[in-house]
Amino acid sequence: MSEEKQRKLAIICSKGSLDMAYPGMVLANAALMSGIEVHMFFTFWGLDMIVDRKMDHLKITPLGNPSMGMPNLISILPGMTAMATSMMKKEIAKLDFPPVREFLQTIVDAGGHLYGCKMSMDMMKLTKDDLFPGVERVLGAMEFMEISEGAQIIFI
Amino acid sequence: MPSREIAGKMVEVDAEGFLLNPDDWTKEIAEEIAREEGIEQLTELHWKVIEFCRADFKARGEPPTLRRITKESGVDTKTLYTLFPKGPAKKVARIAGLGKPTGCI
Repeated sequence: MSEEKQRKLAIICSKGSLDMAYPGMVLANAALMSGIEVHMFFTFWGLDMIVDRKMDHLKITPLGNPSMGMPNLISILPGMTAMATSMMKKEIAKLDFPPVREFLQTIVDAGGHLYGCKMSMDMMKLTKDDLFPGVERVLGAMEFMEISEGAQIIFI
Repeated sequence: MPSREIAGKMVEVDAEGFLLNPDDWTKEIAEEIAREEGIEQLTELHWKVIEFCRADFKARGEPPTLRRITKESGVDTKTLYTLFPKGPAKKVARIAGLGKPTGCI
């Protein structure tokens, strides 16, 4: 193989719901499987994906989500979010996709880089100790600009 | 579809160099494709992965995903990426004489 320029992907994860966690992880993993360098930056609600005590408990709610086809008046009932979450987790497992923690660990093991957003962490009173151990470091937005230089950027 | 000679055998391949017929595969072909992919010497661990993929393909009719390989073959993700650096998915499938992988995981 010739030493052509290394393709590079930067993914910004800004959402903390279960359904929005997967697109970033699937793309990151697919890129790594294809030999593309990967950097994932977790900001705002996306931090939930890498906060150690939250990452195993991400949820999806049918409320206000027209794609799920459930009337909002029913979606507000207690237990609906738990039900939708457990259904989605089952479907994810059926396709042999791992849960969030295991998926991120696979990405790290495959050479992907994970970063927490400093500003969001300050706002939520979080420190590096609150994060999943696979997270490489905590970055400011300007540092992310440096790291993502020349990368294709996906914002989720 | 183009044919080409690999390790002294004429085989049919697709545009990206994946064998069209997995039965054409031989160990010598694997070694030669590995060299094309930048892997000079296939070690015992490489063969463990390749043989798992071939057996799994035979049993299930499709090339295993990387997740399946790491879950079932006993070779973990880190090792797999060290054995087949820079894009293991296609490399493993090509060397094992299987089609281009279509799985997302």
